[in-house]
Amino acid sequence: MDLVLVNLIDGLVTGLLLFMLSAGLTLIFSMMGVLNFAHASFYMLGAYFAYQISVYLGFWIGLLVAPLIVGVLGAGIERYGLRRVHQYGHVPELIFTFGLALLIEEVVQFVWGKDQVPYVIPQILEGAAFAIAGNTIPLYKVFMIFLSLAIFGGLLYVLTKTRVGMIIQAALSYPRTVEALGHNVPLVFMGVFGVGTALAGVAGVIAGPVLSTFPGMGVVLGSIVFVTIVIGGLGSLGGALFASLIIGWMTTFAKAYDMRMEDLLTAVGFTKPDPIWDSAWQDLWTLTSPQVADILPYLLMVVVLIIRPYGLFGKRDA
Amino acid sequence: MRKTTRIGLGAVIATLLAAGAAGADTIKIAYIDPLSGPFASTGTNGLHQYEFAAETLVNEKGGVLGGDMFEIVAFDNKTSPKESLVQLQVAIDQGIRFVVQGNGSAVAHALTDAIDKHNRRNPDDRVLFLNYSAVDPALTNENCNFWHFRFDANADIKMDALTDIIATNPDITKIYVIGQDYSFGKSVSAAATKYLAEKRPDIEIVGNELHPIGKVKDFTPYSRKIIASDADAIITGNWGADMLNLGKSVIDTGFDGPIYTYYAAADGITAAFGESGKDRLRLVTEGQTNPPPNDTAADYIKAFKAKYPDGNMSQTRITNVMEMLAKAIDQAGTATDVVAVGEALEGMEMDSMWGGKLYMRPEDHQLIQDVLITVHTDDDIQYDLDNSGYGQHLESRVEMAGMDSPTTCKMRRP
Repeated sequence: MDLVLVNLIDGLVTGLLLFMLSAGLTLIFSMMGVLNFAHASFYMLGAYFAYQISVYLGFWIGLLVAPLIVGVLGAGIERYGLRRVHQYGHVPELIFTFGLALLIEEVVQFVWGKDQVPYVIPQILEGAAFAIAGNTIPLYKVFMIFLSLAIFGGLLYVLTKTRVGMIIQAALSYPRTVEALGHNVPLVFMGVFGVGTALAGVAGVIAGPVLSTFPGMGVVLGSIVFVTIVIGGLGSLGGALFASLIIGWMTTFAKAYDMRMEDLLTAVGFTKPDPIWDSAWQDLWTLTSPQVADILPYLLMVVVLIIRPYGLFGKRDA
Repeated sequence: MRKTTRIGLGAVIATLLAAGAAGADTIKIAYIDPLSGPFASTGTNGLHQYEFAAETLVNEKGGVLGGDMFEIVAFDNKTSPKESLVQLQVAIDQGIRFVVQGNGSAVAHALTDAIDKHNRRNPDDRVLFLNYSAVDPALTNENCNFWHFRFDANADIKMDALTDIIATNPDITKIYVIGQDYSFGKSVSAAATKYLAEKRPDIEIVGNELHPIGKVKDFTPYSRKIIASDADAIITGNWGADMLNLGKSVIDTGFDGPIYTYYAAADGITAAFGESGKDRLRLVTEGQTNPPPNDTAADYIKAFKAKYPDGNMSQTRITNVMEMLAKAIDQAGTATDVVAVGEALEGMEMDSMWGGKLYMRPEDHQLIQDVLITVHTDDDIQYDLDNSGYGQHLESRVEMAGMDSPTTCKMRRP
């Protein structure tokens, strides 16, 4: 029972981190129709910038400044790159972001090298916050939880309660009408792209010290963010949060408990072939949940797409 | 990128020089390892250690055979067995007779096969394979051949040494074994189970788990299981990001016992662990650097760091390869008849610069040497890794580890 609680907390941390990545991506996707393949690269840039800043000015300055730099960089790329490519249609846009992802990875390797960089948790957040039956919850994780929740709250407030949010939401569905009303829609796009990438940057800044900062960190998370926004539904912040948490908990519990396919199959009524190593079904029977944990989200995505093609909270087709 | 360019340029210049100096007395040694791709930093650092060893230990001392110089020729195999075979052919075409390689047992298997075939078909230009760190036990057992010499202790010998140390620790009664889901992870797990059962049957293996290699984003669920299993110690063969993330995660989640590892040092790992790994991470390795065993070793590391400030003197066995090869060539009186050189290497005994003796076992061409257990710390560290202030400090030593370890090698001699 204690372990369930611990895993709930661990899954929450994973989920909220995923949310910060997917929140930006889902806004950008629904607004501009661009699947930004380079989104996870901005996450990596956040971690690397924060590392570099933390070497000279400490973690906290890094936490404040790195996402800003990433956001400005993102906005710049939208203004001078994506916007120009946009007129040629969606495919060039996709290819542009794809190339951008490769470019960013090469640049990171060029500047910081191919090894992990020693980006560490600040002294004040080191150590355990509390323990549940011998399982310590690191202080840093608690910090991650509160920071992500604060960001979610802030985003929700801006999008639903402010004028800016109103314009953004309107521009999501009726860009031409909003433009006709005198709003600068391209500027809104640029702003959303900048904020979206900055959010990915924040995720990088806080994930870097725990998940380690290395040139492959973007690729590792790359595909799972897309899965998250598809499950949650395009353009839905709530959907992104919901899907992130589901994925976080699902993978955590699958890894933490060694559920075996064998038990499942026998429970359903199959009999185990004997000897198992001669059976053609050997791989199926010997499967355990930690082995399949990382593909469960993809399975969920397929199921969701079959039942609700526009995602759990989405309003239009994926 | 920078490093690769430098090496690329270096390789071009080296080839040009070599071509210009054709007929002069250089003995070329092909270094076939990754110089680009994800493992480039390991390969590049290894190349530097080879170049430095050849220069300092052989050439500056007057070379071999009364004045012949060693020259390392770099070939980039991108860690791919297929690419390695192409590079091997290029090396052979250039008249190179000695091949060194170490990163990846899959590559070593491909090379040893190809060289065996080549040597049987071309008795006039045979090649020797000096494997300096691919540790799959099969290479000196069922897949052994006369042309392959291994200078690193194999995975079984290392686990044997590791479990010797664990067996003397009465505080350890429960162990968790976790590794990457492929041949190496499986052989570490099998060896751990076997040796622990022999040496300390009272130790309970409370977990034996394989995780997908290179795909786990967050090891927290695994570390929770390790904590929940009440393990006193962890054994893992993980390397690279998998090692770093697993280690950090178990430490963060409150595990306070030792973590016994194969590859938890250098190439960014030591720097990234820093304080958090202190007195926790233990490594089974060879070649003592902290404290340096003698002045020669100390001066050697200093000189290496002076030349490569960002490099790590992490693979001490590379000096053994160079010194033993030089000695074998001198003994054989030839650098072209590799059968004679191979025969000189067989059974060769030497004192290692890093303390302890070396013995090339003739039955399977496995180098027998002292295997050390070192601990990650910043106390009394004279030579750190990754310029981090942290390094590997000697904790205990198994002399001539695996001296009479069994081998299934049935070698066909030329």
